[in-house]
Amino acid sequence: MSSGPRIGKDEWVAREGEQRERRSGLLGGIARAQARTPWWAFLAVFVVLACLVPVVTSDSYIQRVAFDTTIFMLLALGLNVVVGWGGLLDLGYVAFFGFGAYLYAILGSSQFDIHVPTIVVIPVVTLAGALLGLVVGLPSWRLVGDYLAIVTLFALQIFRSVITNGHDIFGSNVTNGVNGILKVDPLSWFGHALPVSHRGLFNPDYLYVAIGFFVVIYVALRFVNASRTGRAWRALREDPLAATSMGMPIDWLKLMAFAFGAGIAALTGTLTASVNAAVFPDNFDVPQLITIYAMVILGGAGSQAGAIVGAVVVNVMLESLRSPDNSRWVFYIAVLLLLLPVLRSARKYLLLVAATVAFGFAVHAIAGAIDPAWTRGTTPGGGAVGRAIAHWAIVPQSLGSTREASYVLLIAAVLAVVTIRGRWKLVALVPTLYLASFVWENVLGPQPEITRYILLGAILVGVMTTRPAGILGERRVEIV
Amino acid sequence: MVPGCSAARDHTFLLLVDQFIQTIVDSVTLGSVYALIALGYSMVYGILKLLPFAHGDVFMVGSFIGLGVLKAFGGAANPTISIWLVLVLMALAAMAGCAVLGVAVERFAYRPLRNAPRIAPLISALGTSFFIAYSMQLLFGANHRTYDTFTMAGGKLFLSGITWGPLHVSLVRIIVVVVAVVMMVVLWLLVSRTRMGKAMRATSFDREAAMMMGVDVDKVIVFTFVLGSALAGIGGVLFSLRTDVYSQMGFLAGLSGFTAAVIGGIGSVPGAMLGGYLLGLVETVTQTYISTGWSNLFIFSILVAFMLIRPSGILGKAEIKKV
Repeated sequence: MSSGPRIGKDEWVAREGEQRERRSGLLGGIARAQARTPWWAFLAVFVVLACLVPVVTSDSYIQRVAFDTTIFMLLALGLNVVVGWGGLLDLGYVAFFGFGAYLYAILGSSQFDIHVPTIVVIPVVTLAGALLGLVVGLPSWRLVGDYLAIVTLFALQIFRSVITNGHDIFGSNVTNGVNGILKVDPLSWFGHALPVSHRGLFNPDYLYVAIGFFVVIYVALRFVNASRTGRAWRALREDPLAATSMGMPIDWLKLMAFAFGAGIAALTGTLTASVNAAVFPDNFDVPQLITIYAMVILGGAGSQAGAIVGAVVVNVMLESLRSPDNSRWVFYIAVLLLLLPVLRSARKYLLLVAATVAFGFAVHAIAGAIDPAWTRGTTPGGGAVGRAIAHWAIVPQSLGSTREASYVLLIAAVLAVVTIRGRWKLVALVPTLYLASFVWENVLGPQPEITRYILLGAILVGVMTTRPAGILGERRVEIV
Repeated sequence: MVPGCSAARDHTFLLLVDQFIQTIVDSVTLGSVYALIALGYSMVYGILKLLPFAHGDVFMVGSFIGLGVLKAFGGAANPTISIWLVLVLMALAAMAGCAVLGVAVERFAYRPLRNAPRIAPLISALGTSFFIAYSMQLLFGANHRTYDTFTMAGGKLFLSGITWGPLHVSLVRIIVVVVAVVMMVVLWLLVSRTRMGKAMRATSFDREAAMMMGVDVDKVIVFTFVLGSALAGIGGVLFSLRTDVYSQMGFLAGLSGFTAAVIGGIGSVPGAMLGGYLLGLVETVTQTYISTGWSNLFIFSILVAFMLIRPSGILGKAEIKKV
């Protein structure tokens, strides 16, 4: 490392980089090894692992989850272009996804009895999506930040309004309204249709197709990012005024970012429409938008690898919520992982875990002695771990108003722990963690469909307030 | 010409006039609530230059607090104390509860990001909005509930009121409009006449300069959130007197409130009120005269066009970009 900041880098960033170089121990070693490995090696390993999913397991549910995760990876990559690179808050992103799906469905179903071959329809839909992105991106010429966010959110509402009322556009039924378009054609290859299900199970060929698209998009975006346009996007994100004064066409750059994102989303829409053989208005709404945002933000806005990590982590987490036994594992592991950066010391960490376990048994025993009904309930899902947990966490027979109270109390406790500093934080964490397990076993665990959205909201707030760069994002400094 | 035909035409004409006047009355009632939400948005935006997405959900929580107080006093049909007192308590509890919630949201979701790039607090606000809406759904379910205003005081709220020819303005509408207007006047006095109001205006004009002049900016921001959230809370109670209470109602209400603030000119208190009433008018008129299914499309298209043509709003000053 030469002395002094490297040219083109802020001094603070350079010092950060040097610190990372010097970092000792296991984490430092991993970081250095990671920096030496070329990006395509990671991509190759990842793709091989993803392709092995149908080989390793014949469980069609897991194969389908792998497919959905790939879909989300594509969507996150596209959103990353707009939000991560362009720095434009596009809250209408799902509209492009829905537009692609609906256009695919209209061009390949019995709705109008048109059946355009896949080889034609995918480029057409992608281009149409990109064009729509250009149009929706136009307000970015005049509006920035929050106003742009709201206008794009309105664009999503307009899109939803069109598709839900699309059964009567000047008398003709275009989108079949809330009932959606059914019997959408599967993908085809020169006249050979690729069946969606194979003997009633998910056809893994679709996973390979999705991974194929993913690799193409990933590599293409990688080159775009390194190109003039990519560098100009980042300049636009950091400081639009400086970018203009350097002669960059920022209006055009904004449109390009919108068009790229929208094109990728529309392309992804064709895959979902074909694999589900149907499209419904409710598949393209704000909850899906938040899900994709949570993925990009958690992984780290601006980082392609981050978008992928975010998509995998969030989607696997959301899927695992469906079964109480899996979700319990996810919950306890997530809590243990989250505590690592909070405590930053192995001794404190072990102390805290031991204290929480002991505290739990003590409270469990006391509660059971006062009123046995408090500990007589069963954990959702049961299972060996579930029964074991029931000996530690309080699972009452009936909850009554403890349900609401414990949840509100948990939020208050977590917020309190965030504000407390020093030794008392450790002390306060013990009952908070125990309360968290109570709430998980009794309130959140049994309601996975709502819990998933609560978790997504919490991820967005938590990541933004503690580590805005996400897991893999570049750390940025605001230079004033 | 057949004489009866003309009479019939007169009758249709009268019906149209009635419908039109009724639409105006509707729009004023709805607009009052929008104005209350818009004020919160406008004040927060004026001071923090931040769009508090979760404001609509604070409104929703206010509505739920009102329901909780109503249930605690025995429900709408036969309350344990006078129904008028219950209504006052509902409003006060919603205002207090929402003020606490608003301050908590500011402290934990917005304050850590005060100096971050502008996109960060927006995302955090979006997450907060989602978190609050689904937390309420977790606790109280997704079903629609009502205050059962029809049964309050033997239906007096709907049956009595001002009747003028075929036109009937029910008592509940009068209450909504009067309370909202009183709240707005109080707010306007607070902002324009008090010391804290002056500090608020100074902070909104230039936060750094205000800080250098000895204004405690943190205190001003907290106060702004208290005011805005309390208004949203009472707005929630007023809104639900005539419609339902449900956990996802905050999203659209918040969107409408923000839009009203933008139409009027964000950062301007009279602007937010004007915007609220205008939006109420646009919404009721499109719903009455254009099919309800497509009315959303019209409303949103009008709003997009408006924001593009005049982003500074009707009463807002065109922003001069300081570099």
